[in-house]
Amino acid sequence: MIEINRVSKWYGDFQVLTECSTRVAKGEVVVVCGPSGSGKSTLIKTVNGLETFQGGEVIVDGQSLRGKQTNLSRLRSKVGMVFQHFELFPHLSILGNLSLAQIKVLGRSEKEAAANGLVLLERVGLTAHADKYPLQLSGGQQQRVAIARALSMDPVAMLFDEPTSALDPEMVNEVLDVMIKLARGGMTMMCVTHEMGFAKKVADRVVFMDKGVIVEDEDKDEFFAHPKSSRAREFLSKVLQN
Amino acid sequence: MIQISWHDILSALPALWRGAIVSLQITLVALIVGIILGCLLALLRLSSSKPLAMVATAYVTIFRSIPLVMVLLWFYLIAPQFLKALLHLPPNIDVRLASAFVAFSLFEAAYYAEIIRAGIQSVGRGQLNAGLALGLSYLQTVQFVILPQAIRVVTPLLVTQAIILLQDTSLVYVIGLADFFRMAVNIGDRDGTTIDMILFVGACYFAVCGILSAIVKLLQAKTSR
Repeated sequence: MIEINRVSKWYGDFQVLTECSTRVAKGEVVVVCGPSGSGKSTLIKTVNGLETFQGGEVIVDGQSLRGKQTNLSRLRSKVGMVFQHFELFPHLSILGNLSLAQIKVLGRSEKEAAANGLVLLERVGLTAHADKYPLQLSGGQQQRVAIARALSMDPVAMLFDEPTSALDPEMVNEVLDVMIKLARGGMTMMCVTHEMGFAKKVADRVVFMDKGVIVEDEDKDEFFAHPKSSRAREFLSKVLQN
Repeated sequence: MIQISWHDILSALPALWRGAIVSLQITLVALIVGIILGCLLALLRLSSSKPLAMVATAYVTIFRSIPLVMVLLWFYLIAPQFLKALLHLPPNIDVRLASAFVAFSLFEAAYYAEIIRAGIQSVGRGQLNAGLALGLSYLQTVQFVILPQAIRVVTPLLVTQAIILLQDTSLVYVIGLADFFRMAVNIGDRDGTTIDMILFVGACYFAVCGILSAIVKLLQAKTSR
């Protein structure tokens, strides 16, 4: 579903990604972790073209991101993305947030989009808030709406960029629960997160990055039981203490 | 103490009203065209294309560096024939009014561009990414996500600029267009009631702009909440 082949990226002279390669098969859940500044967020954003890259290739659902014939907007509409800071549209109601792209991109009628939106809100347990505005909701609720918004496009894969990092601790679980349900439902997922409990529960593989390099790309159990690199061991000892 | 002649003012009201319509027409046209053009200029200035950004920057800098009176005179003295041809104006239209529309619109666009640019920059980069990630095109994201938020943020500034615009329309005095102010002066000259007229007209500007200012204050209180 998602193939990342030897992707390299520079900001001027500074190399943020060095020959990164990994893949996410259909139905697979891959967790990307690593210390801050290791390039995880940059890597995941190359998958839907929010970050450009100078070397290598990214293929999503059979289409190369840098292909001349590739319609980037079309490709993005098939890949859902959830951001660290939710990025709900504050001027639209919750239902408006869920409807906008369905109407403008998929060409659904307002009624269809709203009906579909309500079904998704029910899935994330927020039906009662359909007519509220994003800033009236808690962080955890906003992030669940953001997940529902991404799902409203019927994506073939979902990208999560540190979805719980900006949340108060007591709200982390409500978001993780939605993600776990999604993973168990068979969604193809690539998640940048420090939530190792989530990784242990539903991930198939764990990708560990440091300084723009993919240091480990292992089966989940293997990664947690026998991390090969000293950097991964060090990282795990730090995040697992909490 | 000046004795205001209310009788003269009352009898001048119909003519003054016609002048007020001209002032309001210029304000409205310049407001609408200026904001639309200002949006375009703001987007060009923020675009990643260097040449486009430079053109927009040059436009804004030039118009903000020239007194409005001069812009108005230029368009009146140099551009009328050009305008007539370009806009396919019927021969009976007042070219002074047309040139005032154009001059004010182009001039205001430069100011609105700067206000709207600030508004766009106040909307985070993350909102753009969120729109793009959903499959919206860049222009759709700007139209449905960025601009509505940007305009909301800068509405008080837009209204403030509109107040200045309304007052500035009195500058059409120099091209002899009978707006609210010029009309009052004309009547005053004719009847020898210049002082009464100017005081009355000033009070009217004060009332209208005062109400608009109060609206700005309300808007600011609302947005800062």
